[in-house]
Amino acid sequence: MRQLYHFNGGVHPPQHKDQSTIDPIRIPPLPEKLIIPLHQHIGSSAKALVQPGERVLKGQMIGQPEGHVSSAIHAPTSGKILSVGMEPVPHPSGLDALCVILEPDGLEEWIERVPLDPEMDPGTMRTKLKDAGVVGLGGAVFPSFIKLNPGSKNKVRTLILNGAECEPYITCDDLLMRERAFEIAEGAKLMQRLLGAEEVVLGIEDNKPLAIEAMKSAGGMEVVAVPTVYPGGGAKQLIKVLTGVEVPAGERSTDLGVQCFNVATAASVYRAIRLGEPVLSRIVTITGNVAQPGNYEALIGTPVDHLIRQAGALPGSSGAIMGGPMMGIDLPSTHVPVVKAMNCVIVKSEALFPKALDPMPCIRCARCAESCPAELQPQELYWFAKAKNFGKAQEYALFDCIECGCCSYVCPSHIPLVQYYRYAKSEIWAQEREKKASDLARLRHEFRVERMERDKREKAERLAQKSAQAKEL
Amino acid sequence: MLDAIIVMSGLALFLGGVLGYASIRFHVQGNALVEKIDAILPQTQCAQCGFPGCRPYAEAIAEGRADINQCPPGGEANIHKLADLLGVEFKPLNAEHGEPKPKSVAYIDENTCIGCTLCLQACPVDAISGAPKQMHTIIAQECTGCELCIPPCPVDCIVMVPVESSIANWKWKPPMKEVA
Repeated sequence: MRQLYHFNGGVHPPQHKDQSTIDPIRIPPLPEKLIIPLHQHIGSSAKALVQPGERVLKGQMIGQPEGHVSSAIHAPTSGKILSVGMEPVPHPSGLDALCVILEPDGLEEWIERVPLDPEMDPGTMRTKLKDAGVVGLGGAVFPSFIKLNPGSKNKVRTLILNGAECEPYITCDDLLMRERAFEIAEGAKLMQRLLGAEEVVLGIEDNKPLAIEAMKSAGGMEVVAVPTVYPGGGAKQLIKVLTGVEVPAGERSTDLGVQCFNVATAASVYRAIRLGEPVLSRIVTITGNVAQPGNYEALIGTPVDHLIRQAGALPGSSGAIMGGPMMGIDLPSTHVPVVKAMNCVIVKSEALFPKALDPMPCIRCARCAESCPAELQPQELYWFAKAKNFGKAQEYALFDCIECGCCSYVCPSHIPLVQYYRYAKSEIWAQEREKKASDLARLRHEFRVERMERDKREKAERLAQKSAQAKEL
Repeated sequence: MLDAIIVMSGLALFLGGVLGYASIRFHVQGNALVEKIDAILPQTQCAQCGFPGCRPYAEAIAEGRADINQCPPGGEANIHKLADLLGVEFKPLNAEHGEPKPKSVAYIDENTCIGCTLCLQACPVDAISGAPKQMHTIIAQECTGCELCIPPCPVDCIVMVPVESSIANWKWKPPMKEVA
């Protein structure tokens, strides 16, 4: 029996998970068109490889990775490319991003799928994963091939699979583990080999007995039921609970011999290597104000409103959330596509999500600090962010905030604390971008001034030489 | 009496030695204040302040020859920073030197450009690529939006284009409802 540890704070919000776990994973009909964003991962955007009018096959690469931190994008089905242009995407800004529009032809004609040798050279396998578009499906969408490279100096001892799924409403990993335990277990074996890890530990919150059962019978790893506490599925929190290792600020768990992946990422590693299938779809929970909440295996690029129609839209809907109620973002509209980062869509209604109460002044009760799983001082961060004292907020480890929303949840004054932190973080990033640009401009200007002086000097020297020669003659 | 004189002068010599050593050992290259002011200025090199670039303006501020409110691209935020650094009162931007504008980059209409290289010579950060009788173009990432290339152009083919907000440079807004 593994000894479990605790992380600080955490909350117990109502679960709302039962309604979307009644049915098995559903396969929605093909939508009329797919909107496939070229930038669905952390890092640089993929470069479009297709032209309007071109016919593509299912699984064909339509976006090529650019630079090291990047990932490929593929055609989720066969069909015709209608256009490559700016379309609304699921992002809190509501701004457009470069997307490929694909009209499915319904033939589902695949490219040639080549299963790869699971014993192949690790370097080549990582390149294959990059080209298969495998990214972390837990929500951070960081290219997996980078995390699967332990480097020469680090030794990864423990590979942790994250099946905790701690946020209310979301059940996509639960269903995946119940129905596709084999894929996860096989993917975990490949990942274990790439990392050279000694053990594989799967953490699942104890509110998912069926998933625990299924994963135990799949074998190949230690399945551990962890207590149900939000945000027990945060990578750092799960690592703490399972190993007792606390990842210090500014360090990565790899440096401490632990690497953590979502279960759905493991399944997509299996599909990419053993079946030769790139990431073309993901499981999305559609829940909230719909007639039949459930999980859909949706092609990347499926419009969200297509899935909501399948689940039966109900009257009285007031927008939708991508992700869960604690960390999710309000979707600018439901005409946006499913992306690799989209685990759940909650259709809102007045009854489910009553209007937020007006915030009142902070009474310094420090309940936020008690609940903070990152052991920060949320009240201090709030005052600094509000006063635009961003340097001080950074000193108080603003960037260790995982935006889990526990502080806002417990705040008796209903202060939207996380919004302040997101605001402060993006202001700091903007300042850093400006600083970089002005440093570059200073450097280029100084170089130009120097060059002009050198030119002048050289010209004067040439003139002097010439006049000296003239005198000699 | 003699003891006191010996002790005092000995002490004076020793401390003088320490100070002399420290002034060599901890010597600061250049004018530290100019560096600090220059770090705050936006490095647009637009010369709207009346000096040929950000560094000359920084030197002028440090020497008391210029006021802190002559930089339109830096805006009020930078005047606040300069006031904090120099320990002087904030004053609003001097309108004589221009108004702050949204961040823009220059754009050359390549059909009209005659390849005269006049803008290349005007650009303070070498952000225009081109050669005599060859079409010129702006390297947008390096353009500071100083507008110095616009007046020399004989065919008026340069326009300023505001930088569009995109997902890459989008910022979260502070919460709408301020706490009372």
